[in-house]
Amino acid sequence: MTETFADQPWLSMMTFAPLVGAAFIMLRRIIAKTDETGAMSETETEQVASVSRWVALAFTVGTFAISLGVYALFDPSNGGFQLVEEAAWMGGGIQYKMGVDGISILFVLLTTFIMPICILASWTSIKSRVADYMIAFLVLETLMIGVFCALDLFLFYVFFEGSLIPMFLIIGVWGSKGTKEFAGVSMPSKVYAALKFFLYTLVGSLLLLVAMAWMYATAGTTDIPTLQQYDFAPGVQTWLWLAFFASFAVKMPMWPVHTWLPDAHVQAPTAGSVVLAAILLKMGGYGFLRFSLPMFPDASMDFSPLVFALSIIAIIYTSLVALAQEDMKKLIAYSSVAHMGFVTMGIFTGTKQGIEGGLFQMLSHGFISGALFLCVGVVYDRMHTREIAAYGGLVHRMPLYAFLFLFFTLGNVGLPGTSGFVGEILAMTGAFKVNSWIAFFAAFGVILSAAYALRLYRQVIYGELTKDALQAIPDVNTRELAMLGALMAFALFLGFNPGPALSVFAPSVDILMQNMDAALAGTG
Amino acid sequence: MDIASSLLSALPELALAVGAMALLIAGVFMGDKSTPQISMASIALLVLAAGLALFGPSAAPASLFDGAFEIDAFAKFAKVIIFIAAAIAIQMSARFFEGDAAQRFEYPVLIVLAAFGMSLMVSANDLISLYMGVETQSLALYILASFNRDSRRSTEAGLKYFVLGALSSGLLLYGASLVYGFSGSTQFSDIARVAMSEDNNIGLVIGLVFLISGLAFKVSAAPFHMWTPDVYEGAPTPVTAFFAAAPKLAGMALFARALVVSFPGVIDDWQPIIAIIAVASMAIGAFSAIAQTNIKRLMAYSSIGHMGYALVGLAAGTAEGVSAVLVYMAIYVAMTIGAFACILMMRRRGGMTESIEDLSGLTKTNMPLAVVFTILLFSLAGVPPLAGFFGKWFVFFAAVEAGLVWLAVVGVLASAVSAFYYLRIVWFMWFDEPAPAFERDAGSTLRLTAWGSALLMLPVLPIFIGQLNRVAQTAAAALF
Repeated sequence: MTETFADQPWLSMMTFAPLVGAAFIMLRRIIAKTDETGAMSETETEQVASVSRWVALAFTVGTFAISLGVYALFDPSNGGFQLVEEAAWMGGGIQYKMGVDGISILFVLLTTFIMPICILASWTSIKSRVADYMIAFLVLETLMIGVFCALDLFLFYVFFEGSLIPMFLIIGVWGSKGTKEFAGVSMPSKVYAALKFFLYTLVGSLLLLVAMAWMYATAGTTDIPTLQQYDFAPGVQTWLWLAFFASFAVKMPMWPVHTWLPDAHVQAPTAGSVVLAAILLKMGGYGFLRFSLPMFPDASMDFSPLVFALSIIAIIYTSLVALAQEDMKKLIAYSSVAHMGFVTMGIFTGTKQGIEGGLFQMLSHGFISGALFLCVGVVYDRMHTREIAAYGGLVHRMPLYAFLFLFFTLGNVGLPGTSGFVGEILAMTGAFKVNSWIAFFAAFGVILSAAYALRLYRQVIYGELTKDALQAIPDVNTRELAMLGALMAFALFLGFNPGPALSVFAPSVDILMQNMDAALAGTG
Repeated sequence: MDIASSLLSALPELALAVGAMALLIAGVFMGDKSTPQISMASIALLVLAAGLALFGPSAAPASLFDGAFEIDAFAKFAKVIIFIAAAIAIQMSARFFEGDAAQRFEYPVLIVLAAFGMSLMVSANDLISLYMGVETQSLALYILASFNRDSRRSTEAGLKYFVLGALSSGLLLYGASLVYGFSGSTQFSDIARVAMSEDNNIGLVIGLVFLISGLAFKVSAAPFHMWTPDVYEGAPTPVTAFFAAAPKLAGMALFARALVVSFPGVIDDWQPIIAIIAVASMAIGAFSAIAQTNIKRLMAYSSIGHMGYALVGLAAGTAEGVSAVLVYMAIYVAMTIGAFACILMMRRRGGMTESIEDLSGLTKTNMPLAVVFTILLFSLAGVPPLAGFFGKWFVFFAAVEAGLVWLAVVGVLASAVSAFYYLRIVWFMWFDEPAPAFERDAGSTLRLTAWGSALLMLPVLPIFIGQLNRVAQTAAAALF
């Protein structure tokens, strides 16, 4: 595979730019005036919070600008790794190596685009410990960009696992209230959700660590392009594939290891949910494409029936579960699991359409589910409840909101013209090529998604405005409109004109397919 | 090598031994008021010893006293860390004993003597010098454990440690005598020759088992860990901090040298034993710590678990494995010292608090301390990008490379379980409502130690891990 080196460490600059912002905020927090007990006065607190917000916004926007620059330097017609940079790190075959190809560049852009929106979404809704919150988000951004840029498996693992720490704190510190009984112990439900998130992902990833040690011992390197070319014996591939699968399936999340997601989504603050849905889940799908398929092609094809079965169960079962939810965020969380089912199904068809469909679905889901969580956040900020039953008839007071929410609901259903449609149709086409029954069952998911999404919309937006608490609810303000409008523009653009995005990842997908075919032909 | 050049090579140890005695005499004349001066002098002595071990004529590789001791890169690596850890342990105690009747000048002197014993341990190349080193160290540690002689818990800890330690020394000695009886030599290289030449030398293997049991006790590996929680809890906290760091490294280094140098031919006999001890330690460390409410007891179980991870590297029995053990222990020592510095800052109205719940809401009352402690806890849990993770990676990689994939799998599962109790402390600090604040005036040395350790865990070691690994590899290569 060709690798094009960068003249400047663009990717490192982009990756670590948010960390510089975090350092600034930390500095402001350290020099803040405190009394002898260490507490800040009210005006000082407000000042630190305001500085933190603006610095965070500036650095996330700046990072987005750098990522656009990276995109400008990126050559979409070249399917190999570009802007590669290397530096010695741990000795032996483990290096600090960064690079992007057609598959990762769009995830990088998605990340840098979503982050300023997350900062804006937290502008007023986060009132306590604003500086800490912004630091956590900026650190998280660095780690997430790092995941998509890392060209060394070890480096990837460091970023991948590292992202648990800030997310753990975001859910646990700024999560919502309520208590939960677990194993006879009563604990705040946000703590339960944070621990569940951390431990589920950790257990999955640790098996990946052992597999990585094995690969390093065998191949003598953790360089991703080299490992992609390395022929692991088919018997060994099975075990390695399972170890990688354990990690990515939890992250994705696939049924039956998805149960951490609804808890995490419900408890996380709005921006936390957005990051979780739009980016963190994508790390699983990205991992499948970067590691499972190219490194273990035989095992991937052997296990594809298993993946299809799990995907179909995820699509149908979690859609049914979503139908029964009383909590808005939980409903969207389950719908995310169902949509990720399309992604895994598409990826493991091993067809061009399937893989591209999976990729496109992930991008589109990043915009649409992110926007849906923002929509929930808009009314949650006003009413402080996520109960579907607490709303109704919002269209009478919030017409603009009703319109935006409708758009994203339909995008979630996969209406033609929105980006959701393109991904689903491509993934299903891929599935058709492999086995029409899979596509048949997956199509049920589309119908069910219409059922739960429209039910949510009807109960929240339509009907008479009967609840007194809702009488004075204001419509979306400029800040919210800007965030949702930007997401809507992308969802529409990708829906009507999927060509640009598809042409960016097509060359890389082609190379992936060629290598897989060659490897499969080689081992018969 | 004649006696004069042997003595020249032993300069660091001589400096420690002579210096400790001189300080003892000075202390007797000057009384307990002189403790700060004696402490400073002890720290200077340890720094001098570290310098002598690294540079000058005593740093050259040599075999001293007819092969009883070995000066090599391996010993140097361990010694430097031991001396620095001991020096930090002395300065960390200043605030704890301040104004306390327990402030006595023997404390720094005993730590210097313990460091002297450890220095002998890591250089020992002979069963007799091994035993000598272990006992010199242990005797100093027994006294340190019961240093707070007016406290029932402290004296109990000292007595418990002494009785069980004596038992383990007995095991060690019995094993050593069996090995000597069956191999006809006390020197590691001669034992290796005998062990390799004769197959099925069952007496030697039985001796080896006793030797391993005795050494496992010294590094508090399961099933010889029973003393650890009680001693850690009962001993004065700065002493616990010292116990958890340097002696563990010394014990592990001795363990590695004894097994790798004297029994390389019978690795099939000892590899399963070490692997089982490692599994037991990791499991007990992970599960027993969950229910602890006292932070010192928790750290005790945590250190049992960490010894398990280090033993995973030793079980590999390769140069890669020994180097992994060294990297792991170096990182472990650094983060443990930092964690105990944080624990020592848990003071309220002049007294120490030791309950985990006292840390509740620490982020609201004392953010800097909470951040440092959080970094150290995540590092102890082995979450990347913190240094603790890199240590784990090296030992698991060594195990996988040596064909012990199952051991690595058990190891990662144990570390997932142990992540829970570290996270529990983080959860108390970040998510809970605040408990009354700690005293803010914690003393600059403690704060410096904690911050230094945290900075090592986050940016410094992860970036320069390659360099540390290279040094450790050179050190490990000296044994092969």
